[in-house]
Amino acid sequence: MSILTVENVNKRFGGLQALSNVNLQVEEGTVHAIIGPNGAGKSTLLNCFVGRLEPDTGSVVFNDVSLLGLKPHQINQVGVSRVFQTPEIFDDMSLLENVTIPALAKRDGSFKLNAWNAVRDENGIRDAAMECLADVELDGKSDELARALSRGDKRRLELAMCLVQEPKLLLLDEPTAGMSRADTNNTIELMKRIAENGMTMVVIEHDMHVVFSLAEKISVLAQGTVIAEDLPDKIKGDPRVQEAYLGGAHL
Amino acid sequence: MYKASSRKSDLLLLAGFTVAVLLAPFILGPVGAGYPDLLQKFAIFGIFALGFNILFGLTGYLSFGHAAFLGVGSYAAVWTFKLFSMNPILAVIIATVVGGVFAVAIGFISLRRSGIYFSILTLALAQMSYNLAYSVLTPITNGETGLQLAQSDPRILDVAFGRDYGAVLPSSDFFGIHMTGYPGYYFCAALFVLCFFLSMRIFRSPFGMMLRAVKSNQNRMRYTGLNVRPYTLAAFVISGMYAGLAGGLLAVTDPLAGAERMQWTASGEVVLMTILGGAGTLLGPVIGAGVIKYFENIFSAFNEGVLEQIFSFLPEFLQHAMVSISSMFVGEGWHLTLGALFMVIVIFLPGGLMEGFSRIWQRLRRMTKRDDDKPVEPSSVPAE
Repeated sequence: MSILTVENVNKRFGGLQALSNVNLQVEEGTVHAIIGPNGAGKSTLLNCFVGRLEPDTGSVVFNDVSLLGLKPHQINQVGVSRVFQTPEIFDDMSLLENVTIPALAKRDGSFKLNAWNAVRDENGIRDAAMECLADVELDGKSDELARALSRGDKRRLELAMCLVQEPKLLLLDEPTAGMSRADTNNTIELMKRIAENGMTMVVIEHDMHVVFSLAEKISVLAQGTVIAEDLPDKIKGDPRVQEAYLGGAHL
Repeated sequence: MYKASSRKSDLLLLAGFTVAVLLAPFILGPVGAGYPDLLQKFAIFGIFALGFNILFGLTGYLSFGHAAFLGVGSYAAVWTFKLFSMNPILAVIIATVVGGVFAVAIGFISLRRSGIYFSILTLALAQMSYNLAYSVLTPITNGETGLQLAQSDPRILDVAFGRDYGAVLPSSDFFGIHMTGYPGYYFCAALFVLCFFLSMRIFRSPFGMMLRAVKSNQNRMRYTGLNVRPYTLAAFVISGMYAGLAGGLLAVTDPLAGAERMQWTASGEVVLMTILGGAGTLLGPVIGAGVIKYFENIFSAFNEGVLEQIFSFLPEFLQHAMVSISSMFVGEGWHLTLGALFMVIVIFLPGGLMEGFSRIWQRLRRMTKRDDDKPVEPSSVPAE
């Protein structure tokens, strides 16, 4: 069953047609990669899913809910979480607090004036947060400030912040950008584990190594249109993809 | 550095705070601040700074117009005295509510922007309120003269309960106790402790955590499913209510309200108090308010005669030199001392006086640990 359906999405910035007639179907429980050269419109497309940009025409439907016109926080509340290219975390708060906030947002909704009870008495929330930190192997640092983490650890923290909300769809924008090879491999392993638990993921990625170790389906974007959508093995051999993406070089 | 607070340490802090406030006349006596007028100011501006800190310390939104709520609270309290009753309870309740309502209006407009634009909007709106109070709204505010009580005021409730003040101008009284001197201080002190307690609850609550998240990363907040605007507006209104209450208490201890209370210098003062003490810490703003009010009242009272006495141990020509140099920093020039102190703190202790205390505390702890293995004595200085 398709959990995210994108139909005929167009987006124009001044004279630039960033997206033209993009169609996409993300199946529940799969890892769907979107690849393409720089400027192909990958991030624009992702921004249309999370409410940062509004497409000019077309529709984006998630689980029978149209995402168009919804604000970012409303889209998160229906079950879509996003990981950014540069980790967006709460720098001057502890790791535990970083994960506690999304857990509270999931439980209490987008606004609640919960000013009387103490956070330290929220045992259920803390246990869930610690469990998610353990999942990304950061539970040993739960009292440290997030700003002190390495790039790779920041990414894992951001993933924990998304996972604690148990989203139905997880969007990842270049999850390994700017990482060392070791960090990249760790992140791939982590994402594989998340995928094995049945999480639906959409991954935007440059690194072919990452894409082919994770993706179950790949859409190739070039100049704002989907030029191919298929299984990884087929994409590897598709001459159009090689032409558009790799300038004719072989993988 | 973040450290989870325990219920026990919070109770200790609250108990210590309460005892310190109740015993303030004795504790502050030796430094010349143990008289009720100044103590009232400590408590009132402590409340003002506590509220400002909920907005600025937690969310990072720097309001430059908080004195407007202080002034509105004062006007509301004096009008309550005039129309209903001289009982301060009703006056502070109405002052708080009116401060909150006014904050909803100003917050709704100014919170559309953040950063410097937010500060400028709050400054502009507060200056507008100040000028309105001075001119167009004279029927309500009595303009330059300031709003005062009169013998002919209706005081409906007092009349209904048969309270008669005779031929003298009434002063606010709490079921027969006049709100001047020490009774006035203890009335303010009770509310001060209550405000501190509420502020502590907010700091420890999920709501307080969300406010710190606003300061840290609004983008992540939105993509985490949180609506930022209601959080900032709620913080703004709460701090506006604190300011309204403080303004109301100013009127309770001295039933008079003037527009100068809303001027931008008064808004700037609460910013100084909060930063001086330590923005975002529980106790810092209270300490900052105390230090500034102390300087304002004590240093400004120094004159050349006092200075000559202080330096009388020096040879005469040195005495004269020292007196003429230091006289620039006292009396009318107390602002110069405050400015110098403020600069030193911001440069060397960006976290305010609280950062200084916690550094000293940590150093002491390390020293005692190295010396022997005696358990560390609990101290009244919190690890905030």
